[in-house]
Amino acid sequence: MGNNTEVNKGVYVLIHEFDAVIVGAGGAGLYAALEASKTAKTAVLSKLYPTRSHTGAAQGGIGAALGNVDEDTPEWHAFDTIKGGDYLVDQQAAKILAEEAVQAVYDLENRGLPFSRTPSGRIDQRRFGGHTRNFGEAPVHRSCYAADRTGNMILQTLYQQCIKNNVHFFDEFQVLELLLDGARVVGVVVFELASGEVHVFKAKAVMFATGGFGRMFRITSNAYANTGDGPAVAMRAGIPLEDMEFFQFHPTGIKDMGILITEGVRGEGGILLNNAGERFMERYAPTLLDLAPRDMVSRAIMTEIQEGRGIRGDRKIDDYVMLDASRLGREVVESKIPDIADFCKTYLAVDPAQKPMPVQPTAHYAMGGIPTDIDGRVATADTVYEGLYAAGECACVSVHGANRLGTNSLVDLVVFGRRAGRHIAEYVTGAAMPSVAPDAGDAMRERIAKLKTESGDHPGPIYGRMQSTMMENVGVYRDEARMTRGLQDVKDLREAFKAVRVQDKESRFNTEVLAILELENLLDLSLITAASALNRTESRGAHSRVDHAERRDEEWLKHTLAQIENDDVTISYKSVDTSIWEPKPRTY
Amino acid sequence: MRVTLAVQRYNPETDSDPYEQRFEVEVEPTDRVLDALMEIYRNQDGSLSFRKSCAHGVCGSDAMRINGSERLACKTLIQDVVDDVNTVIALAPLKHMPVQRDLMVDQATFFAKFRSAKPFLIAESEPEEREFIQSQEERKLFDDATKCINCSACYSACPVLDDNPDFIGPAAIVAAARFVFDSRDKGLDPRLEVLDTPNGVWPCENHFECTRVCPRDIKITKLINLTKREIKKHREARGEQTAEAQ
Repeated sequence: MGNNTEVNKGVYVLIHEFDAVIVGAGGAGLYAALEASKTAKTAVLSKLYPTRSHTGAAQGGIGAALGNVDEDTPEWHAFDTIKGGDYLVDQQAAKILAEEAVQAVYDLENRGLPFSRTPSGRIDQRRFGGHTRNFGEAPVHRSCYAADRTGNMILQTLYQQCIKNNVHFFDEFQVLELLLDGARVVGVVVFELASGEVHVFKAKAVMFATGGFGRMFRITSNAYANTGDGPAVAMRAGIPLEDMEFFQFHPTGIKDMGILITEGVRGEGGILLNNAGERFMERYAPTLLDLAPRDMVSRAIMTEIQEGRGIRGDRKIDDYVMLDASRLGREVVESKIPDIADFCKTYLAVDPAQKPMPVQPTAHYAMGGIPTDIDGRVATADTVYEGLYAAGECACVSVHGANRLGTNSLVDLVVFGRRAGRHIAEYVTGAAMPSVAPDAGDAMRERIAKLKTESGDHPGPIYGRMQSTMMENVGVYRDEARMTRGLQDVKDLREAFKAVRVQDKESRFNTEVLAILELENLLDLSLITAASALNRTESRGAHSRVDHAERRDEEWLKHTLAQIENDDVTISYKSVDTSIWEPKPRTY
Repeated sequence: MRVTLAVQRYNPETDSDPYEQRFEVEVEPTDRVLDALMEIYRNQDGSLSFRKSCAHGVCGSDAMRINGSERLACKTLIQDVVDDVNTVIALAPLKHMPVQRDLMVDQATFFAKFRSAKPFLIAESEPEEREFIQSQEERKLFDDATKCINCSACYSACPVLDDNPDFIGPAAIVAAARFVFDSRDKGLDPRLEVLDTPNGVWPCENHFECTRVCPRDIKITKLINLTKREIKKHREARGEQTAEAQ
């Protein structure tokens, strides 16, 4: 492990053969690797070093109905997930999510995860947005947490287990192309940062666990690495992407920077205030107040801003409101949200135990992604891809529907990362090693050579314009005119992108090649997001249209499937599983 | 405001020696040093090589020496490192690791030392119920060590590594301490093979440089001393000597 290249009789090898290749080393990828490697010769490819993945930035907790603090049941958790997702959630998948969350949390604890504790020494739990007891009566303590670094502890714990189990890592290997033979996976084409070489990994099973793509927006909580490589590469191989119009804006990002301030702050009792010092959530969600689901709180903030009650009061979309945690007292701030306190001191020179924090909605989470079934197998309306899997944020099961509840991202990646890993372990024992075409990888080698041999534009201006137009035109509130403009802007930028070239002509550690290919991924995903949003003429969850303000189940209770063909987006649909609870109006 | 980034550049393939290159960039005082680097990278010189990811101090990718001191570029504001007189910010790669290009260093040895400390839970038995019971006081004992993000700032700043490159280094000891002080873990013995050796915990001389530079404010030197004490206690109880005493 740690040795990035396979040495075969002293020869540096560019073609590799594994039973299973897992792309991405965040929570979903590592959990799958632990399971798959029980039977399969498994490689984990990551474009980052271990433990740098964005799972590590998740703060507030992982939801599971342990009942350590309040009475709770997986059934309530499943219902909250479905209602929170505005009924676009596939209900049997949500049931699995909530039921298996409980065992997954115990497994993580047993493997060493340092959860915060109750006075009796059990895993402590806190309240979180949209998580309720008895089908919406009141907030429930469901989020199991390790201070405000729960994701980091999950990532570290899973990586520790991978060390213990000798999982084989290829660090700083970035996926470029998915190799399919019809509807069967045969491998992936990958770029090695250290050498600049293009490698081919032949595999019986390939799993994408590449995370999100919030970097398409100007204000985002996402890492630079969150560029949607998995979904973009899968889409180019012919797989349509599901529900891409649903992108979550977390209500509380640090003003102008987008850095996440966990919902756990409100779970512990923090409140949002407008420029009159009013607790405005009383008007929007009388029962759950500041712990309403994220889409509703983000809209409430944007409405306050548009009506002149943001802190500046200038009605511009970059105005902000205040999140007050000073009422919690210093001891709670320092023990339960210490990293938040650190961020505020570092970036704002604000001590949250004394003063409120300036916050605004920040692009946070993609509900949509690569369509999968409950075992992580990539599946569209009519095709199940053999040997191809996806899990975590890059996938769409769908357990989040039109709006994800807080903590459910971590639940999703451990539950479905584990299920996919188990399915892979079984699948590879009966599958034959496929063969890849002799010219596999050549198209990418030519592509990179062309980026280097000619001179052209810097990527910076295109990056900036993409992020601005997506933020302004495909943000919290949407309408036809703005989305049409956003879509056209992205089309123009995809055209302008053709003139971008790298300046760095070196082979070793050429990060610029990757940055440009990442921008291309983001542009494609922006195009699909804008087109899918424009196409859906209703409001549901995070997709909120001023010109179509109502949810319309008779026409739109269906998943979108979208892909790019000839620079345009084509759309089809997939049905939603509503086999447990009848869709109802969503109030809190 | 306008600042100058004086970056140490070096490509071992093509350059005989490291050299300094200066970039002018327009920034806000409250911008991160990383923001200034990104502005140069995307709009001036795409060959400038450095790592980054989360951009808010939790992933550990962008540790470097900023004006001579180990820091995360994403957790250092421009106003923290310039003033009215001096608007030059010097950026250099971390020490004690080979430079790959510019500000990128090879962390392979650093991570190998980390892994050698057996940084995973070694429990004797399954919990009696669903979870191990651990009191809030027991949980607190190792809280500080859980904050480590393996950025290797401490490894660069440690003066002991100047003379003894085989010293396991501060971060690996923190990784061990994370488990040594966890009430659920029973793995001190297997870890002694690494910790209680001449290049394990003992070379630390309490310079406190690791503690000074840690971007996560971990009291690293204290953890190293607590670990030394735990090892001594463990050896004494068995009538054995530590590697320090031998």
